[in-house]
Amino acid sequence: MHYMFLIYNCEDRPHPGDPRFEEILTRVNAFADECRRRNVFVSGDPLKPVATATTVRVRDGKALVTDGPFAETHEHLGGYYLLDCRDLDEALELAEMIPQAHFGATIEVRPVDHIPGLNHGVA
Amino acid sequence: MSDLASAAVERVYREHRTRMLAALVRALGDFELAEDALQEACSQALRKWPRSQVPDDPFAWLLTVARNHALDRLRHAKMARTKLPSVPEPVAMTEKQLVDLGDERLSLIFTCCHPALAEDARLALTLQAVAGFTAAQIARTFLVAEPALAQRLVRAKRKIRDAGITFEVPADHLLPERLQGVLGVLYLIFTRGYTTADASLRFEALRLGKLVATLMPDEPEAHGLVALMLLHNSRSAARLSSDGEVVLFEDQDRSLWNVEEISEGMALLDRALRFGSPGPYVLHAVIAALHVQDPVDWARVAALYAELLAVAPTPVIELNHAVAVAMADGPAAGLSLIDGITGLDSYHLLHSARADLLRRLDRRSEAVAAYRLAHELAVTPADRRFLAARLRSLEVS
Repeated sequence: MHYMFLIYNCEDRPHPGDPRFEEILTRVNAFADECRRRNVFVSGDPLKPVATATTVRVRDGKALVTDGPFAETHEHLGGYYLLDCRDLDEALELAEMIPQAHFGATIEVRPVDHIPGLNHGVA
Repeated sequence: MSDLASAAVERVYREHRTRMLAALVRALGDFELAEDALQEACSQALRKWPRSQVPDDPFAWLLTVARNHALDRLRHAKMARTKLPSVPEPVAMTEKQLVDLGDERLSLIFTCCHPALAEDARLALTLQAVAGFTAAQIARTFLVAEPALAQRLVRAKRKIRDAGITFEVPADHLLPERLQGVLGVLYLIFTRGYTTADASLRFEALRLGKLVATLMPDEPEAHGLVALMLLHNSRSAARLSSDGEVVLFEDQDRSLWNVEEISEGMALLDRALRFGSPGPYVLHAVIAALHVQDPVDWARVAALYAELLAVAPTPVIELNHAVAVAMADGPAAGLSLIDGITGLDSYHLLHSARADLLRRLDRRSEAVAAYRLAHELAVTPADRRFLAARLRSLEVS
C-alpha cells in the first residue's frame, strides 16, 4: 500500500556550509537507504521555501494566479516521501524515523487512494 | 422447535459473538462488512434452523454463512466497481481455515485500540466490537447523542479499512507500547465505571482485562492491570453509604470489602511481580494492595508514587503522591507538594485534598475557599453532596 508522507514545518533548512548541513544530509540519506533496504522507497523530495509558492485557482473558466501558498497557516508543506509500506504500522514506524521529524517537523501520513480507471500507475 | 432454534442462535451469538466477529474481520479486512455479514447469518439461522436440524457446530455454520454472504456482496460490488471504488481484496480462506483461525479476539482488541484512532473512538469501538455494547448504550455512557456516537464508530471502522490498519497483534518491537495503549483503554473504561458508579462498565473492563491477561500470559503489565482493577473494585461497596453518600477511605467499613476480589487481585499481583522490573500498572496495583492492608503503610505508598513519578509523571500521580506524603509526614508536607502541582486547576479532587489539609492545619478560611472551589468543579451528585456537607461543618464550627 502506498503512503504519502507530508512533511510540514521544516522551513529553516540549513544551507551547504552550515555545520548542521552535513549532519542532516547524512541522516536524510541514511533514511533513504533504509527505505531502499526495506524496498519501500518510491520517491521523495524537499520543496523550495514557501516564499516561492504560487497559487492558481480557476473560477468561471478564468485562472486566478496569486503569490503565496494555498492556506495562510504557520505549518507549511516542506517536502514529501512516497513509500510502499506493508500496512499503517510500518508507515508510522517509518514516519517516526524521518530525520526532519526530529528537528521539529510534523509528518502527516495519508494512504494513496485507488480510483478505478485512473491511468497514473504508481499506486 | 422454533423456540429451540432461536434459543440456539441466541446462545451461540451470546457466547461467541466476539470470536465470530474477530474471525470475520480477519477474513474480510472490513469491520462494517463483517458486522453486516454476521447479522445476516444470524437472521438466516433464525429462518432455516426451525425447518431443519440445528447444525452440529452452530459456530462453524454461522461463520461460513456469514463469510459466503460477505464474499457475495464483495463480488457484486466488484462488478459494479464504478459505484464502490475501493473494494478490498478479501483473503481467500477455506471454511476449515476460517473455523480454525483460533482466538482472534486479541487481534480485534489491538485493532480497536490502535493509536491511529482517536482516544474516544478507541473506547467506543472496544465497547462495541469486543464487549458487545450497543451504540445506544455507549452513547448513554459517554453522554453524547446516539447519532454522533454511531458516526464516530463508522468513521473509525472506515479508517481501519482505508488507512491499512492491519488486523493482527503487533510485531514484537511494537508490542510493549501498543499493549500499554490497550491496557490504557481498558483502564479508562474501568475508571469511567468507577466515577459514574456504573458497575457494568467496571465488569466489562475487568472481563476484557482478564481476557488479555489470559491470552498474553507472559505480559506482567496485563496481570498488573487486572490486579489493580480487582483491588479497586473490591472496595466499591464501601465507597458509597446505603443512601448513596461518599464514604472517605479512612471511614470505610472494611467488612464491606470484597474478600474474593482482594485475594484474586493479590494472587495476580504476586504473579506479575515475579517477572521483575515492574511497569506502571504493576506499581499501581502494588499501591492498591497496600491500601487494603491495615494499617496502611503510607510511607511505602508515598515511595511507590515517587517511583511512578520517575517512570510516567502525570499531575494526578503528583497529587496522589502529595496525599500519601501528607498521610505519612503530616499535612504541611503534603500541602507544600500540592501547591507545587500545575495543570490540575479544574480537578475537584485537587481542591478537596488541599481543603482537607488546610482544615487539618486549622487554616479554616482557606479551607472553606478550597472546598467551595472543589464543590463548584465536582461532577457527580454524590461528590457535590459530600463537599457541601464538609463546607457546612466548617462554616458551623
